[in-house]
Amino acid sequence: MSDEIRHEWPLFEVFVRAKRGLNHVHVGSLRAADHPMALHHARDLYTRRNEGVSIWVVRSDDVVSSGPDDKDAFFAPSGDKAYRHPTYYSIPDSVPHI
Amino acid sequence: MSFDDAYDALTDHDDDTRWAYGTGFADPLAGVPTIVPDGVEPADLVAYCLMLGDDALVMSHRLQQWVTRAPELEDEMALANIGLDLLGQARLLLSRAGEVEQAGFEQAGVAQGGGTARDEDALAYLRDPGDFRNVRLAERADEDFAHLVARLLVFATWRLALLDRLTGSRDPILAAIGAKGVKEATYHREYAAGWVVRLGDGTDLSHTRMRAAVDAVEPLAGELFVPHAIELRLTAAGVAVDPSALREEYDAVLAEVHRVAALPPPPPIEAATGGAGRDGVHGPELVEILTEMQELARAVPGGVW
Repeated sequence: MSDEIRHEWPLFEVFVRAKRGLNHVHVGSLRAADHPMALHHARDLYTRRNEGVSIWVVRSDDVVSSGPDDKDAFFAPSGDKAYRHPTYYSIPDSVPHI
Repeated sequence: MSFDDAYDALTDHDDDTRWAYGTGFADPLAGVPTIVPDGVEPADLVAYCLMLGDDALVMSHRLQQWVTRAPELEDEMALANIGLDLLGQARLLLSRAGEVEQAGFEQAGVAQGGGTARDEDALAYLRDPGDFRNVRLAERADEDFAHLVARLLVFATWRLALLDRLTGSRDPILAAIGAKGVKEATYHREYAAGWVVRLGDGTDLSHTRMRAAVDAVEPLAGELFVPHAIELRLTAAGVAVDPSALREEYDAVLAEVHRVAALPPPPPIEAATGGAGRDGVHGPELVEILTEMQELARAVPGGVW
């Protein structure tokens, strides 16, 4: 154990997969001393009602996110490029599941 | 949704017993016959169901008392979940006790005028302390969180070993309750062992306090392994589990947890003289629990909301 004593556990982000084949979805966050404890806490907090078959936990510190200031440069340019959407093209009737 | 089926093939349907909750609601007793196995005295089976049910009910109440007291919100949820698991086991076991009691009355025949068996609520709320058959470990009040996890480790290790063997019971309901409980107790034991290791192998202060807790709690394990006459009769009938057969597994688990937790080996268990709790002999701590638990049900008989 390290000599440093923290008075507050670090924050973790929790992702739960509802069923096999679907992707993990962010469900919330929690505090825990380390990764194994975070996994246990996630099980106790976020899968009490049969929500999941798989859990990921990630230290919140390790998540790199886009900031509000980046909003224009990051996202606005895609607004006027309709050809990036499949609806821009006409789809033959014989092609299902688009 | 049609694409659910496409992914269904990817699903592995193995149960991971570390997680107490499955991926769909299921009645653990669905389709299980409720007959009383032949060669079994109904009164014995009622008493046995009460033993296992009262252990769960009383331990559950102690865990519920930790809600709003736990050191962290996350652990409060964990303790509440464990308490709810045990309450679920208690309900099934007390219901079974009532069902067998009814069968006993019917067997005794019309000559005695029959009788009305008690349901799970009557058994939980209207019995006096002397009629409770839980082991005294379950009623023990926890001085602090270390005492709680030490007690939960002893309780869950013992109960997991017991429920695991109960799955082979000739009583179909007890076997089904055992199968459901194994998944739950596996998690309870893991939770408790995790904390004993964390605190035992933590700072000097946490080690000292964890050591004091196991020293205080583990001697209470003595009575867990002393079979009651009823347990022996029902074990011979293939219905119950002889608790003295659980010692080996219990000792191995406790020794391993102590080793990893950097705690001295657990002291050898001294067999308690007589199964005190199993005979209905309890301390003031059970009275305190029942006063709290039964207050409303006794003040407002038959009340619902």
